[in-house]
Amino acid sequence: MNSIEALKELLYKMADDQLIIGHRNSEWTGIGPILEEDIAFSSMAQDKIGQSEHLYNLLHQLGESDADTLAFTRNADQFHNSQLTELPIGEYDFSLIRHFLFDFAEMLRFDGLRNSAYMPLAQLAKKFYGEIKYHTMHASTWVRQLGQGNEESKARMQSALNEAWNYALGIFEQGEGETVLQEEKIFEGEASLQEKWLNAITPILEEAGLSIPDKSTWEPKNGGRKGYHTDYLQPLLDEMSEVYSIDPTADW
Amino acid sequence: MFTEKEIRSILKEVKDPEIPTISIVDLGIVTGIEVSEANDVHVTLTPTFAGCPALRLMEDMVEERLAKLPEIGTVSVNTSFDITWTTDMITPEGHEAIKKHGLAPPKRNCAKIDMKLLEETVCPYCDSSNTTLKSPFGPTLCRSLHYCNDCKQAFEGFKPVS
Repeated sequence: MNSIEALKELLYKMADDQLIIGHRNSEWTGIGPILEEDIAFSSMAQDKIGQSEHLYNLLHQLGESDADTLAFTRNADQFHNSQLTELPIGEYDFSLIRHFLFDFAEMLRFDGLRNSAYMPLAQLAKKFYGEIKYHTMHASTWVRQLGQGNEESKARMQSALNEAWNYALGIFEQGEGETVLQEEKIFEGEASLQEKWLNAITPILEEAGLSIPDKSTWEPKNGGRKGYHTDYLQPLLDEMSEVYSIDPTADW
Repeated sequence: MFTEKEIRSILKEVKDPEIPTISIVDLGIVTGIEVSEANDVHVTLTPTFAGCPALRLMEDMVEERLAKLPEIGTVSVNTSFDITWTTDMITPEGHEAIKKHGLAPPKRNCAKIDMKLLEETVCPYCDSSNTTLKSPFGPTLCRSLHYCNDCKQAFEGFKPVS
């Protein structure tokens, strides 16, 4: 794999992650458990979908289709998001835990990419890092509060964590271009990122009184990066592209 | 031929569509102005937030305003991430404008942005520091929600971004 292909692989997985989690976040608009949370998930949706557009624009500059075409005309098996992002929103505890696990990985990914040798990406990463910091602040506040809340809130958060864990490990599925990206100093690699992620989330989960599932049970839900998805992704894409499919030139 | 300074001063008339008291110049998002011999003008804007829905609107507003100038050549505007916007790029005049809109201006020179920093937001109505952070997210991407325990007023803050 040459460095342009490796770069595209990296950009696709990040852009698709942002778009899909952004869409899932937006599903809380209007039905959040309290007004502030409704606003928080809607704001994070807006951030992430905006970020995905800029990442798709980089792909467009590298010769891929434009952002709308990439977002609205591919099928599930052409998407490279991690399976964690496509799972339904579930109960609020699940959405919060997913938000916590995913956003810490994101924040650290963009933190590292601020020093990427690929300048256009480094510039975006600088911007995104500042934005996602607010997402992780929001996530850790709730994880702490609900983990230390009452018996029910703690049990719900623990069960959501158990459910999301192996999917979260799937974020770090390695791509074929990984070595090239490391050699060219474009991206540090998924293994290094996963280690930083564990170091960042472990103390917060401990403080919240929640336990990371035992290592012997870890089985990363890989496949998403290569186009293998759960049955939940295609219906999401169908809904997201409904207007575009009816009228690709629609403006709103 | 227009000078960069002249264009910048004209652009002070273009306001942020979401906070109409502040100009895009005082907001600090005008990162480049180039004027050619033929009076062709190129303006570069940097986004406050990647997902800001007002981005394209602001590009159009800049283009529209400059196109009205007599003897102007072609006008082009683009958005670029070359210079990363931070809230420290907001001018002192901009801080006043933000306050005038009923928002708490962002703290300056924030080495570390965390919840504690947001909790220290000062009420834009009575200048009290006895306030409570309600949520780091507000009605637009750049705002947070607060409550003043002294004047009993809910207010919004402009979030610091570094």
